[in-house]
Amino acid sequence: MHPAPSIIAFSTFSGLGLGLLFWLGIDQTPPTGWVAFAFFAIGYALAVGGLVSSTFHLGRPERALKAFTQWQTSWLSREAWAAVAALVTMGLYAFMLVFLNIHLAILGQIGAFFCLVTVYTTSMIYAQLKTVPRWNTGLTSALFIALSVAGGALLSGRVTIGLILILVAGGIQALWWKTGDTRFAKSGTDLKTATGLGSIGTVRAFEPPHTGTNYLVNEMVYTVGRRHALKLRMIAFLLMLVVPVLLLLLPYPHIFGVLALLSHIAGVLVSRWLFFAEAEHVVGLYYGMR
Amino acid sequence: MTQLPEKTDRKMGLVIDLDTCVGCHACVVSCKGWNTENYGAPLSDQNPYGADPSGTFLNRIHSYEVQPETGPAQLVHFPKSCLHCEDAPCVTVCPTGASYKRTEDGIVLVNEKDCIGCGLCAWACPYGARELDKAEGVMKKCTLCVDRIYNENLPEEDRVPACVRTCPSNARHFGDLGDPDSDVSQLVAERGGMDLMPELGTKPVNKYLPPRPKDRLNEEIDILAPLLAPVVQEPKGFLGWLDKALEKL
Ligand code: SF4
Ligand code: SF4
Repeated sequence: MHPAPSIIAFSTFSGLGLGLLFWLGIDQTPPTGWVAFAFFAIGYALAVGGLVSSTFHLGRPERALKAFTQWQTSWLSREAWAAVAALVTMGLYAFMLVFLNIHLAILGQIGAFFCLVTVYTTSMIYAQLKTVPRWNTGLTSALFIALSVAGGALLSGRVTIGLILILVAGGIQALWWKTGDTRFAKSGTDLKTATGLGSIGTVRAFEPPHTGTNYLVNEMVYTVGRRHALKLRMIAFLLMLVVPVLLLLLPYPHIFGVLALLSHIAGVLVSRWLFFAEAEHVVGLYYGMR
Repeated sequence: MTQLPEKTDRKMGLVIDLDTCVGCHACVVSCKGWNTENYGAPLSDQNPYGADPSGTFLNRIHSYEVQPETGPAQLVHFPKSCLHCEDAPCVTVCPTGASYKRTEDGIVLVNEKDCIGCGLCAWACPYGARELDKAEGVMKKCTLCVDRIYNENLPEEDRVPACVRTCPSNARHFGDLGDPDSDVSQLVAERGGMDLMPELGTKPVNKYLPPRPKDRLNEEIDILAPLLAPVVQEPKGFLGWLDKALEKL
């Protein structure tokens, strides 16, 4: 699948921002006043910035509001609702903390819940697609949620829990990569079932429909990045897991925490790039590719 | 509107004969011609006369080589457009309700005024039947020529999809696949019509007729063979003398 920068940025940063808001929401002794303001501002900048960047890849962004209508069937529509619910609830919670110095715990918890729901709906946009076997698994949701809460924990300065969570997220990431490599073959879809010609003999794509490229090939048969996929996986893993863990184990975690966080974010961006670049859509079969 | 109808009154669709398709791409051209000036936004081209032309098409023809265990390979031309699936995944993923399946005839359409061009439906379709138009920013797909098949301004023989009307080898048939007595349903039953990627559960309405078994060249030749055997084995007369003379040299 084509790794569109706007979608990579959207899913990474909104996941991070929502993760931060989640921790602020369930915090028993949350910051108040200007400290709270700063935390919430960062959370909102990331979450809203991510959501806004997701509209950049739309063909008709001016109609984006229509995406709220089909929540009964569409995960993309559900994501829109969940995001609004999360941002409104957390906004109210933040307003009371920052300006009125009131901590309404239940409101924070509801907001935190909606933050996680939003990340889940984002993951389901991908995980629901049978056409992309690598994504079509519950592990995709687990990965998105784990990365979101792990990043959020680092961002909110929670060293111990952050450390544990990036290890968990790293484990899910490794498992996702490993099982993902065989999921296309296991899906049972190949050129034989795609053409129905398998009963005659071995099928080989002989000629594509046009000499030039097209939307389908550009969007769904993106093969450029796969050559270096293994190296990039190592880089992603180092940046998102190994480096931050080492930094956090150093004596002054709060100083190195910022570096750990930046490294983690860079790693997640690489991993998210691979999430798209490595994903094979079944339509590639018709073009003799994967 | 992205909930799929429980059941449609009719299941209008195409039956594509892989045995007779000659891969001429006439249906591709007629489809583009009709649909660029009728239903919805035109089908744009990018850089059509340049070095790297591309464009939006609702129907594309692939060609596959099939190698049986013995004998020569077969070339199969393979037209592909929207299969108007009964369980269309492209419809349910649409966040805006722009994509829908009609209850009356099962045609899957995009209401372009509602489409935000998110592209998710194209991701959900296994067959590559949806293309986002670069110029217009909205999703385009086969409409089964909804503006021809019910169009009383057209002569009756033209009230079929443009591709069906155009095909010079009659490889494309149009009709109600929900009615077991229709011509298309009979054809499917007779020729063993098949679904593409049945394992994905999309339940395509369009069916493909597999190529008929080929004659074999290398098998026992027919009863006329002895009569067709070459008559003159050895050259006679002048040619015979020449043949021998040259042989001796
Ligand atoms: S062929 Fe693709 S676009 Fe057409 S109905 Fe099926 S899933 Fe949707
Ligand atoms: S591209 Fe248009 S029709 Fe397709 S899912 Fe998005 S809004 Fe719906």
